[in-house]
Amino acid sequence: MLELTNIVKKYFIGEPNELTVLKGLNIKIAEGEFVAIVGQSGSGKSTLMNIMGALDRPTEGDYTLAGVEVAKMKDGQLSEIRNQKIGFVFQTFNLIPRTTALSNVALPLFYMGVSKRKRYKKAKELLKLVEMDDRMDHMPNELSGGQKQRVAIARSLINDPAIILADEPTGALDSKTGDLVMDIFTKINRQQKKTVIIITHNPELAQQTDRIITLSDGQIISDTPSPGGQSRENAGEASMHASRPDTAAEVCV
Amino acid sequence: MILENIGLALQSLVANKMRALLTMLGIIIGIMSIIAIMIIGDALSATVSDELAMLGADNIMVGITERDPDNDEQDEFALMGSWSITGRRPTPEDLISDQMIEDMRHYFGEDILGIALSRTLANSVQVRDLELYANVHAIGANPDYFASGGGMMGMGNMILTDGRLIDNEDLAQNAMVAVVSDSLVARMFPDYVDPIGQQVRLFLHNSIEIYTIIGVYTIAQQSGFVQVGPPGHDNAPTNLYIPLTTASHGILHRDRWQSITIVAAPHRNVHDLTDEIQAFFDILYENNEFWRASSMNMASLLDTIAVMMSSISLAIAFIAGISLLVGGIGVMNIMLVSVTERTREIGTRKALGAKNYHIRFQFVIESLIVALCGGIIGMILGVVIGGLAANLFGVPLVISPGVIVGSMLFSMAIGVFFGIYPANRAAKLDPIEALRYE
Ligand SMILES: Nc1ncnc2c1ncn2[C@@H]1O[C@H](COP(=O)(O)OP(=O)(O)OP(=O)(O)O)[C@@H](O)[C@H]1O
Ligand SMILES: [Mg+2]
Repeated sequence: MLELTNIVKKYFIGEPNELTVLKGLNIKIAEGEFVAIVGQSGSGKSTLMNIMGALDRPTEGDYTLAGVEVAKMKDGQLSEIRNQKIGFVFQTFNLIPRTTALSNVALPLFYMGVSKRKRYKKAKELLKLVEMDDRMDHMPNELSGGQKQRVAIARSLINDPAIILADEPTGALDSKTGDLVMDIFTKINRQQKKTVIIITHNPELAQQTDRIITLSDGQIISDTPSPGGQSRENAGEASMHASRPDTAAEVCV
Repeated sequence: MILENIGLALQSLVANKMRALLTMLGIIIGIMSIIAIMIIGDALSATVSDELAMLGADNIMVGITERDPDNDEQDEFALMGSWSITGRRPTPEDLISDQMIEDMRHYFGEDILGIALSRTLANSVQVRDLELYANVHAIGANPDYFASGGGMMGMGNMILTDGRLIDNEDLAQNAMVAVVSDSLVARMFPDYVDPIGQQVRLFLHNSIEIYTIIGVYTIAQQSGFVQVGPPGHDNAPTNLYIPLTTASHGILHRDRWQSITIVAAPHRNVHDLTDEIQAFFDILYENNEFWRASSMNMASLLDTIAVMMSSISLAIAFIAGISLLVGGIGVMNIMLVSVTERTREIGTRKALGAKNYHIRFQFVIESLIVALCGGIIGMILGVVIGGLAANLFGVPLVISPGVIVGSMLFSMAIGVFFGIYPANRAAKLDPIEALRYE
């Protein structure tokens, strides 16, 4: 489903200074997996997710998503990949202001060129899934944080993506609301069989996934099946790059 | 897609009404001025043309003007204004004589229908009868004067409503008869007596003359622009016509004229005849050092007025153009602000799969809508101003659809032109940078 090979990301700050943020990562994630990426602040989690989400290109390395080689694509092609294969959920929700929940959810299909009737039909279904169908005509500023995030999750699902990427989706929410959002992700993963990858600083939430990848200073220091997660047949195979399992607990923040 | 972008653009306009209004101000003022001048210009030129045509499209005016040593082409307006810039006044020898007129009549024969002659006896004097009075300009005229529609500076479409006009017999007899306006009749004979045959006393500066009314005229539907005296003011002086010979009585050089009006025969082209008459007088005035006779016709006066109006329009259009330019830059500025403010939104849209052209299109549409709204407001204000001005001048309000459509298209073009740069900036934003923007 998703395979990253020797991914290196460097930032060039001024001529002589280069900052290597990702130092040769190898990750393979199978369809239907529920993965948490954890690690200290500045360890490169968001950078990795941007690459996985086709928002950014790696400096070196290969990235294959659903059979497509993404690493060297042009901007326009990356847009298409994002539009068709990826669903984003952001820490700050990033709903389009002054636009109804329904229109927000339908937006990715608009860029796909789907007719208005079909867009809104699907958007309504998904709002129902996240139990926000009674608020579909509300503007983002009329919604609470948790409600916004549920709308955002509905939006991330509308293009029937290969993977859902969520960068600290509960970071701006209180723990109870965070649990609720996490439940939705679990539901999506379990019922819709979607591949879900979330970044989180919350060890408890990470425990709810199937697999935890721990980054430190641009490197994977552990990649283990989550102890609390539901065991899967492919988990072992997918975690072939895992480092010593015993380090996982101490690195997890 | 277009519709939704328009909807979004309108939403953000409504959300920032004050800012949008200030942004649109330049475009509002620009489009307003353009629409207003176009409406006023159209209305005025239509009306002026009508009026002047009524004054006699076949009339050729010949008048004495001072020679401009630097310029052979004389300003035709000299005919209508003061006699001299240098303060020199023509001597009787410089004026057009009866002899010249007679020669001209012979020379052109059938080409000339008539020659209108008039002499002002007194301006702004009164006709009085006990407490009743009316203000008049007393003008001596020959029969051709009426045929020419009252000469170059005459009354326009005067219509005889009662009695008769002055004829050659009146001239031969120096008759003390007058053709008066209906408003004079209303003032002097409030008891609805038949005015024909009634006498009026004309109070001149040092004498009183008594005239018998032989005719009454009215001025048909005169608009406000070419008009003698303010409209609706029933004490405004009207013309009181008496025989030319009567008016010339006691005047020393009664065979000399500062200007004459020639009525061209219908079979002649007025412009050609004007040129021929000019050539005729050029020979007569060849040896006159200071004065010459200039001929002109209504058509060329119309041309001159058209040129004058178009240069006024041009000046206002130039100001409107600058206002539109400023307005366009204002739109560009606000769009740049909008792009910056919405950096995160742009990043989100890109993350959701918007391509550069989607973003570009969105902002160009928004800019176009801002400019178009400004254009529509400007158009409405322009029509209101044009309507008020038309009302003031007493001319009908004519709104040509071309002006409306053209100005709307133009404001949309401004929106697109000044929206492209901000839209490109938005489209080229890096999605990660944009998403991270605080
Ligand atoms: N555009 C950039 N230019 C230079 N350095 C950058 C840029 N973006 C990120 N970095 C650096 O890359 C490193 C990794 O950043 P990243 O955002 O991936 O961390 P993170 O693991 O997501 O941290 P957090 O948990 O705080 O979100 C940081 O040291 C950061 O300063
Ligand atoms: Mg991060």
